Amino acid sequence: MIASDAVHTSEAVLTASGVSIEYEVEPPVKAVRNVSLTLHRGEILGLAGESGCGKTTLAYGLNRLLKAPALMTSGEITFHDRGGDDIDIVGLRSEQLRAFRWDKISMVFQGAMNSLNPVISVKAQIFDVFDTHRPGMSRRDKTARAEELLGLVGVDPARLSSFPHELSGGMRQRVMIAMALALDPQVMIMDEPTTALDVVVQRGIIREIMRLRERLGFAVIFITHDLPMLIEISDRIAVMLQGEIVEQGTAEEIYRTPQHEYTKKLLSSFPSLRGERGGFVRSGAEVAR
Amino acid sequence: MSVRTLEARNLVKDFRLRSGLKTTILHAVKDVSFTLEPGKTVALVGESGSGKSTIARMLMKLETPTSGEILIDGARSGDGGRALERYRSDVQMVFQDPFASLNPFHTIIHHLERPLRIHHRGLSAAQVREKALDLLERVRLSPAESFAERRPHELSGGQRQRVAIARALAPGARFIVADEPVSMLDVSIRLGVLNLLAELQREEQLGVLYITHDLATARHFSDEILVMYRGDIVERGAADDVILNPQHDYTKTLLAAAPEPENFGRLRDEVRAELAG
Amino acid sequence: MSETTATATAPHTAPTALPPDTVALVTQRRARGGFRAMLPRPSAKLVIGLMLVSAIVLFGILGPLMTQNPRDSQNAALEPPSAEHLLGTSKLGYDVLAQLAHGTQGSLLVGIVAGGIAVVLSLFFGILAGYLGGWRDEVLSLVTNIMLVIPGLPLAMVIATYFSSRSWLLVAIVLGITCWAGSAVVLRTQARSLRSRDYVYAAKVAGEKSFRVILVEIMPNLLPLLAAQFLFAIIFAILGEAGLSYLGLGATDSITWGTILNDAQSGQALGTGAWWWFVPPGVLIALLGCGLSLINFSIDEIINPKLRVAPEAARRVRRAAKSKGVLA
Repeated sequence: MIASDAVHTSEAVLTASGVSIEYEVEPPVKAVRNVSLTLHRGEILGLAGESGCGKTTLAYGLNRLLKAPALMTSGEITFHDRGGDDIDIVGLRSEQLRAFRWDKISMVFQGAMNSLNPVISVKAQIFDVFDTHRPGMSRRDKTARAEELLGLVGVDPARLSSFPHELSGGMRQRVMIAMALALDPQVMIMDEPTTALDVVVQRGIIREIMRLRERLGFAVIFITHDLPMLIEISDRIAVMLQGEIVEQGTAEEIYRTPQHEYTKKLLSSFPSLRGERGGFVRSGAEVAR
Repeated sequence: MSVRTLEARNLVKDFRLRSGLKTTILHAVKDVSFTLEPGKTVALVGESGSGKSTIARMLMKLETPTSGEILIDGARSGDGGRALERYRSDVQMVFQDPFASLNPFHTIIHHLERPLRIHHRGLSAAQVREKALDLLERVRLSPAESFAERRPHELSGGQRQRVAIARALAPGARFIVADEPVSMLDVSIRLGVLNLLAELQREEQLGVLYITHDLATARHFSDEILVMYRGDIVERGAADDVILNPQHDYTKTLLAAAPEPENFGRLRDEVRAELAG
Repeated sequence: MSETTATATAPHTAPTALPPDTVALVTQRRARGGFRAMLPRPSAKLVIGLMLVSAIVLFGILGPLMTQNPRDSQNAALEPPSAEHLLGTSKLGYDVLAQLAHGTQGSLLVGIVAGGIAVVLSLFFGILAGYLGGWRDEVLSLVTNIMLVIPGLPLAMVIATYFSSRSWLLVAIVLGITCWAGSAVVLRTQARSLRSRDYVYAAKVAGEKSFRVILVEIMPNLLPLLAAQFLFAIIFAILGEAGLSYLGLGATDSITWGTILNDAQSGQALGTGAWWWFVPPGVLIALLGCGLSLINFSIDEIINPKLRVAPEAARRVRRAAKSKGVLA
């Protein structure tokens, strides 16, 4: 299997062009500046950057989830539906927006482990998704689908009636992913989904995500600061710095031949586990810039 | 030759957890021993729940061990009074969260002056201030004067962590316990802070306990690695040995789970093969 | 790989936390630090509140100097407001305005003293209990919980009946020792959460004694809360005092708003339509309560900055959206 042969058809599922988002504070902060990117069907696009670079803001913007004082000041975002329609996300208004969200694009939030309502069972929260978007579903159908979803993400369906605090961190994360998959979306945006988890649990979840991607065919925008992990799992990577995308390319290109100074700096911040890169920390010589 | 080490001997820590009427005992640390020597770094590697933070708190006398001893320079360390004071002037800690370890109410220089005053009683106010400014310079927060009167929220994460390191050095400590000192910092400044710590260690011949879940920095930053799992040390040895030639299964699992950019594309292929076959 | 149920974790072990939220970082004001950061931002609420309270306090200080003797019964009785007696006279011929001025002074004194006692007690039982933990916490909490369960005003009444003659100071003390429990619970919870903050541990590790840790590290961060509790206690004390006086259990020699209301009631002010007698004290009680509450709301914004940020943020976005021609 060669990585370079198109995992995705070269068909785009989400196109963003010229997106700019500002925080209207005193003085205004340009969080995202003129960002354009294309997400292809079934592809994993990694969005790498450190805190404050605008990646989370961009993710929220793509989903129309921006909260005051954030405001999208320019840009077009188009969703290319499976059926062939093109939907202009920026132009969607309340009812259409509600129907669109979660159905076509869903999101797993940063700090997802704390995003579950602690006083409601997992079952009730998954049912919530169905009640909002598929009002006709019968109780039996909802239960069946919920159990199917939990099984998909590797959680014992018997845990359906558990409360969030009864689940471990990794399990909660899987439940969040299950909820994001509930309506069979074509795009999933994941914002630091594994940052707060142990590395062994993290690997399990990432493997799960890749399995699901193969089976269900959705595209993923994976946002994190962990560049080595992105290189391992992404098809393409975009590096963000201060609101701009400074470099884009395949995972191999970013790893082997980084072009931008910042990409190189980011790569060198991760000493290699088995190799010699980053080996100067102990002896105190200057870290390669 | 006098012994100048910090030794943890057979440390055990149990927590009693009450849920309703039931009491269960959680064995957070089960018989752990290790030694910190001047000029050397020991890394304590493990996941959350492994007990490494509990060990840090025991070393800092924030928790009392259920059994076991902490020996400083070969002798039992005290738990109260003057013995504790002396211990605290020898052993200090750098906390994980740069946003929480500095009191938002006080200035930067206050954070340094307090430990200086406590552990160097004879100094005048001017001398204390001078020492504090000197510490700021040593952690490369320069010009020190401009940082002195600022408050924590005006500094970046990396800068705050440097202040935390300066504070740990203020009492004249010989041993530093660094509890995940860079895990909450931005990626590109982590190595800078670790390098600073390494440099200060060389200058002062500090004994450092580096607690982390990141194997890569543990390998490059320390001389010895201890791998912890559920309260036990499952493997120990020279840093390179443990990483390149792991013996215990858990260590191997940890190493396999760590992201390795060399493996780009491999996970995808594995998953495909798995689903196909 | 299957994960087992969440094993109960020992205290203080948590997975690596995330860096703060982007929005929080961006909207964080470059606040002035230390004490100045504690001061509420000027807003309509705060200004009106401060004005009301200052006006009443000024009246309480200067009023008695400028009016006639409140116990001078040489005046004509039950006169409606006139040029000579701006608020009329009472049944015994007392000048109501003079009564009111002295009454303001009396009520404010009772309020402040009672508030002060309540705060000191809640500080002791709250912060100390929260910080120390263990059996000391249990004992202090036991006392707090008992005091919490016993209703405040009835307890004050019971204590007051033991004394045949009550000075305003006694009334203030009685009110103070009956209303601190609720505030103590709040402070205890806050202190408990603060005591496991890293900077408190850092102070202990640096060698600070417990006493200094509480004073220097924990208290300053609780000052806004303490201020709010203090103002609440004043409101409660003034209302409580009015209640006690109305029942005839208030201060026997002093003049307070409560005693005026009590006199008005026993003098059949309502029946005879002498509104100038009972309306002013009632209005002043309401205004002071209102002013203190408004100040408390402003303090709330310091304690919980989200209350301040959210509506302002929404306003800004609307304005910016209009100017940039985009839809918010």
